[in-house]
Amino acid sequence: MTERRKVPASAMNAMNAAHANDTRHTTRDAPDTLTLDVRRLPSFGFSHRSLMWWSTVCLMLIEGTVFAIGAMMYFYLRSLTAIWPLNAVPPALVWGSVNTAVLLVSMWPNQLAKRAAEREDRVGARLWLSVCLAFAGVFLVLRGFEFAALNVSWNTNAYGSVVWLLLGLHTTHLITDTVDTAVLGVLLFTGPFEGKRLVDVSENALYWYFVVLSWLPVYAVIYLAPRL
Amino acid sequence: MSDLPSASATPETRLFDGPGATPEVRAALARTWSDRPGWFGALAAVNHKTVARRFVVTTFAFFLLGGLLALTMRLQLARPGNRLVGPELYNQLFTIHGTTMMFLFAVPVMQAVAIWLVPLMIGARSVAFPRMNAYAYWVFLFGGLTLYVAFALGAGANTGWFSYVPLAGPDYSTGKGVDIWAQMITFTELSALLEAVVLIATIFKLRAPGMSLNRMPLFVWATLVTQFMVLFAMPAVMLGSTALILDRLVGTHFYNPARGGDVLLWQHLFWFFGHPEVYLIFIPPLGFISSIIATFARRPVFGYPAMVLALIATAFLAFGLWVHHMFATSIPALGKSFFTAASLMIAIPSGVQIFCWLATLWRGRLNLKTPLWFVLAFFFILVLGGLTGVMLGSVSLDLQVHDTYFVVAHLHYVLLGGAVFPLFGAFYYWFPKATGRMLDETLGRWQFWLFFIGFNVAFFPMHVLGLHGMPRRVWTYPHGMGWDGLNLGATLGALTIGVSVLVFLVNVVRSYRRGALAGADPWGAGTLEWSTASPPPPHNFDALPVVHGRDPLWEPGAQPAYVSGLAADAREVLSTTALDALPDLRPLFPSPSIWPFVSAVATTVLFIGSVFTPWAVVWGSVPVAVALIGWFWPNRGENRRALDLEQRP
Repeated sequence: MTERRKVPASAMNAMNAAHANDTRHTTRDAPDTLTLDVRRLPSFGFSHRSLMWWSTVCLMLIEGTVFAIGAMMYFYLRSLTAIWPLNAVPPALVWGSVNTAVLLVSMWPNQLAKRAAEREDRVGARLWLSVCLAFAGVFLVLRGFEFAALNVSWNTNAYGSVVWLLLGLHTTHLITDTVDTAVLGVLLFTGPFEGKRLVDVSENALYWYFVVLSWLPVYAVIYLAPRL
Repeated sequence: MSDLPSASATPETRLFDGPGATPEVRAALARTWSDRPGWFGALAAVNHKTVARRFVVTTFAFFLLGGLLALTMRLQLARPGNRLVGPELYNQLFTIHGTTMMFLFAVPVMQAVAIWLVPLMIGARSVAFPRMNAYAYWVFLFGGLTLYVAFALGAGANTGWFSYVPLAGPDYSTGKGVDIWAQMITFTELSALLEAVVLIATIFKLRAPGMSLNRMPLFVWATLVTQFMVLFAMPAVMLGSTALILDRLVGTHFYNPARGGDVLLWQHLFWFFGHPEVYLIFIPPLGFISSIIATFARRPVFGYPAMVLALIATAFLAFGLWVHHMFATSIPALGKSFFTAASLMIAIPSGVQIFCWLATLWRGRLNLKTPLWFVLAFFFILVLGGLTGVMLGSVSLDLQVHDTYFVVAHLHYVLLGGAVFPLFGAFYYWFPKATGRMLDETLGRWQFWLFFIGFNVAFFPMHVLGLHGMPRRVWTYPHGMGWDGLNLGATLGALTIGVSVLVFLVNVVRSYRRGALAGADPWGAGTLEWSTASPPPPHNFDALPVVHGRDPLWEPGAQPAYVSGLAADAREVLSTTALDALPDLRPLFPSPSIWPFVSAVATTVLFIGSVFTPWAVVWGSVPVAVALIGWFWPNRGENRRALDLEQRP
């Protein structure tokens, strides 16, 4: 990576030194103009070199804030009452805990998809995306059981409302991430393909990490906080 | 260079940009970056200037509508016991007026101007994610129309612009007004969040080579800081309004004390957004002011690092102030003291900036044109508004004047003084760049003085009215309270503001048709947007500039001055590293597309449907998903072009 970045870097040094001959690009109309010639720069790059990375990070900041405020709503409502959970038994631990394990394990194919993409291995990337999708199928079904095991309805009381809100918010992320991954996976099989799709795979993996890791505090709030 | 792949991907027949480009190359660039003609092309437009122009015009139309509502209210209050409008309509008037000015004008107009200006200021051909930018505009437009269509159909919200529960809850606000209001929030906040992402990515990754962060124009800094505030502030109100609509539609109990909910939760969520929102409105104008003062004092702004740090400090402090909107509630006294201190602290970075500007003006050679007049008025009005702000920041005084016209006076001094005056200044300043013609200076002076005098005549008496105990949001008042004269004065002031805005409209229309030609740099300014033609070509710059200092046009030229080698027949842009702006990548940007429009329509169906049935969230998400997938899916032609230009990292 550093080797390839040397081109622009040396070009920039030349901007100040103004006598490196590899940036002296003569055009027909202005034979003596020194320009910063960028035609050999790569057309895509991974991680923070890519615009997609920046938008994904912004999205994570926004949604991280949403989860944080959701958790604050939970504890704010809890602070108003002596009994918590309000007129309900805490959610059953089993499905949520199993799902947490599934989500954590799904980080493994996710990392393999990311690595395959970053070594520009289209076949490997689509293989591991497919494995991720299989995991997505499992955790979406388990999520259904989680809702059923909450032991409270959203319209019972404020406790029920906020628990459903938190679980609903995270489920929205699971669904959109699953759809994203599916669409990207299909595209890697059918084409039309170009190199920057591998950047998309890499950013999709970053977002997957966010969805999994943001679940841990949400899990703690929904399942552990009522037991404290 | 030897380790790079061969140049087979860039055949010699391809046209490249660069300084001294042939007319053929320039025509190719213009063709490449233009939107398509016809109504279909209009719906598919993605050029940042096209989208931003629509955005600015739309927000300005909402400003006019909100202003007409305000005039109606002022006419109603002109004399005691007036019967021009009834109490129910009056409630809707102030609700829609406040909502319009905050959500449909003040916050989005700043983003709209930034979408137009930032690429030109940083030497880029486009904003990042041009299609998302178009989508954000359509979503905003449909959200605003929803509010007004509902108002016209008699379903206007009537609970004030901050829609406090329990008044806005299911028990006290029947009908669809509040539901529409809550979904309008969802529309506009979605749009604002997307624009924030667009602007952050643009500013970090698309700056011209050499424009390291410490060389960015102050307006770009102000925009960057503001967009980060959007990321952290908007989620609170989106979550709050979602909880409100859930309470109203599916029987949740977030705000219902009978079932463990809490009405103050709404106030916390709203003001955790609502106070930073004031700074979302106020910080971009600080950037306008820095641009205008530098140009019309004919020297760079004094204390650049202090200015940047003050912007960042203001943004941080803005998140620690929200409770000062809630001093009249049952929160603990210790909390109130903390928020009083925090509220007063914000005067420090504001003061730093004011002194830096004064130093700039002091040491400059003033060129007293209309934009500078508006900035000078900003100083006068904002200092007054800031002083009443410091007064309101103290709990004891706040409790006395809470919900009176004193607060109305304060917030209008801050918002009009802090945002609308600089915005008009910015309009006079950048209008020549956008249209190629100057706004008329004489009419400009007329507008300025009418606005300045009208503003003070309208709003200064409200301080006194508030101290005399006139509550805000009353539809009328009896004779003999001692409020008659001041109210009549305020109404006359409001009418003067109306006349001033009319003068402005006349000026814009006349100058747009036959104003004096501006040329590239009519004011002798120093930033990059003035280096290109007025109006800028579709591709902004024939050759991207290379930047060697903070005010490139005021500094002696250095070599190399330009970038070369971007394809002229494809939407290729140069992306640079985030901190130092070293050339890094050469990504290909998407062409115009109808999908953002289709996606926005689908989103609108989902949001509006959900007001009537919660199931709309389920079936409505199908067309949204289909549209977004259609948007993402590459077509063969674009793919071929991308492969032609592709070079692996």
